[in-house]
Amino acid sequence: MESGNAIEVRDITKSFKIYMDKGSTFKEKVIFRNRRRYEERPVLKGISFDVKRGEAIGLIGHNGCGKSTTLKLLTRIMYPDSGSIEIKGRVSSLIELGAGFHPDMSGRENIYINASIFGLTKKEIDRRVNDIITFSELEDFIDNPVRTYSSGMYMRLAFSVAINVDAEVLLIDEILAVGDVNFQQKCFEKLKEIKREGTTIVIVSHSLSQIEQICERSIWIDKGKIKEEGRPKEVHEKYLSTMEQERMNRIEEEEKRKEEEWQKAGREENTAGKENEKSQGEAVNRDRSKEGELKKIPSFCNSNAIRRGNQKIEFTNIYILNHQQEKKKLVRTGEEMKLMIEYRCASQITEGTFGIGIYKEDGLYCYGTNTDIELKKALPIEEQGFLEITIPRLQLLAGKYNVNVAVHSKDAVEIYDYIWNVIEFQVFNTKGDDGLYRMDTVWVYNGKEIIDNR
Amino acid sequence: MKTIKELYDYREMIISLVRRELRGKYKGSILGFLWAFINPLLQLVVYTIVFTFITRNNMEDFYLYLFVALIPWIYIGFCMTGGATSVTSQTEMVKKIYFPRLVLPISYATSQFVNMLLSFVVIFIVLILSGKGISLKAIIYLPLIMLIEYVFGMAIAILFSCINVYLRDLEQVSGVLSMAWQFLSPVLYSVEVIPEQYRNIYMLNPIAPMVVIYREILYYKRVPDISMFWNPLFFATVLFIVSCITFSKLKKHFAEEL
Repeated sequence: MESGNAIEVRDITKSFKIYMDKGSTFKEKVIFRNRRRYEERPVLKGISFDVKRGEAIGLIGHNGCGKSTTLKLLTRIMYPDSGSIEIKGRVSSLIELGAGFHPDMSGRENIYINASIFGLTKKEIDRRVNDIITFSELEDFIDNPVRTYSSGMYMRLAFSVAINVDAEVLLIDEILAVGDVNFQQKCFEKLKEIKREGTTIVIVSHSLSQIEQICERSIWIDKGKIKEEGRPKEVHEKYLSTMEQERMNRIEEEEKRKEEEWQKAGREENTAGKENEKSQGEAVNRDRSKEGELKKIPSFCNSNAIRRGNQKIEFTNIYILNHQQEKKKLVRTGEEMKLMIEYRCASQITEGTFGIGIYKEDGLYCYGTNTDIELKKALPIEEQGFLEITIPRLQLLAGKYNVNVAVHSKDAVEIYDYIWNVIEFQVFNTKGDDGLYRMDTVWVYNGKEIIDNR
Repeated sequence: MKTIKELYDYREMIISLVRRELRGKYKGSILGFLWAFINPLLQLVVYTIVFTFITRNNMEDFYLYLFVALIPWIYIGFCMTGGATSVTSQTEMVKKIYFPRLVLPISYATSQFVNMLLSFVVIFIVLILSGKGISLKAIIYLPLIMLIEYVFGMAIAILFSCINVYLRDLEQVSGVLSMAWQFLSPVLYSVEVIPEQYRNIYMLNPIAPMVVIYREILYYKRVPDISMFWNPLFFATVLFIVSCITFSKLKKHFAEEL
């Protein structure tokens, strides 16, 4: 092991056997030999990394990517199929809190049991027991049996033991969900303190902000391999945008599937023959026949979209382009965003007013405008056309937003088409300012303007 | 070697698991820890009643004859039945945190051994109170056979515990297995019952000489024949090594199998 390293992981692989029909009794093992088919599912496909002494790293990735498995291999709960793991120093893991607690024994006795499971000797526990009790804030209850504790008290005690073990390497899986907010904050402070004292820390968490606060490095594991490694903020940004993209893709797929299903249903209905209405199975056409009812929503819309209007002008496609002109629903604060609206018009309408509205996920109305406000005129309507609305620097901060689009007559009396919630987009923000939208600020200190020179 | 050092580092865990097993067992009962003594005492009362009033036996103090063999046997029996589940019953711990897995069967066997020692306190009290007395010359061999038995029982617990993870039938079978073994050993009867020509084979069973040694020391107050120790010593050593090797091979996939 290189000096200065606390953990060295070299090309580890691990697969799990997923039994189709698992039997673990003798009969099943013998008689159903052939039934014991299993699938080898590789979870880790060759992961290598080093952790320096005193360094804190975070492992991130979506569910099932192998980050927890990696942590389990580090704790030696499981062993890798190939590759090697070397760890220097005492390892403590905040994976299972309260291991070995006996409900009938007092808090104090349980401290001894629990701490001994971390490999502490009696003397070492004697030295720490007061710290542990103080930290847990359970002084008044410490000699009561643990079964009389509330679950919050239980976790507090368990966490206090685990964090006071004084390990050289601390492995943490999704913690800091312990107790009330105050206690969580305390745990977090304690963690920082431990880190300052030179403990090496590996955290698996979905809370990226926690990792950003503690860790110097993030490792993003994807499908059993390291996808990205580096400064947490940078890695997380890439991670988040990929995640969001995947989520959007899934939603789109789901919508496509629904639409197809619906089209199929529509076709069947039509072949059953109502009138001689020629339909290509298009949603809008069908809806037109049922005036007054809620319209079926076309495929480009969000699944919870609601459509109104008489469809004399009809939106045919609406999508968002990011600053690289890619069709994405993820935009960064401060970057360009384009809203593209395509329509067609089968009737004799000559002009119309187009409007948009943006709502935050929680329903807060953020912004709304229309061609009448912006351009003081309605737009001439053609058989088909498209409108491009560019927001050169999006000032909305992180969050999810919904878009409404509408087109109506110049006097706003007749609504041609109005889709509420037509499209959803996500904004992410790497600067860190918080709130609803970004205000431009100028900072003057002692009469001198401060400029960010970075 | 590494395992031994690690086990030494985790000695406090073994101790506290033993303590938890023992104290946890009696917590909540009114008499608490006294039960560790009352239980064997009550057993003794039952045996006394059965063997002095119901089945008449011409052997003098037959209940004691039985008792000094039964208490050591109970330890072995528990090492089989409880030992088998000593890992599987701690699934949560095994899956979630690291510690040398051997700690589990070792601490289970140890807690049963401590139980046995507590029962021996009762044995001594009865021996003294009944006027039978204790031979100091014989009693110095007691720790030796106890140690051998301790290792032997532990070896069984280790072996059974790791196999049971993969083959859960073992915990079902272990009860019957221990019953059969009890009847194959001179616990409820004396060795003389076995026909002369089979006796050599019979005595290959390491429990047989163990029980005989206990009786020699406590019941007959005689110094046991040293040659009797070789068989249990040999089996305890071999079984212990085999168990540890098996365990170290099987433990790697505990977390996945459980």
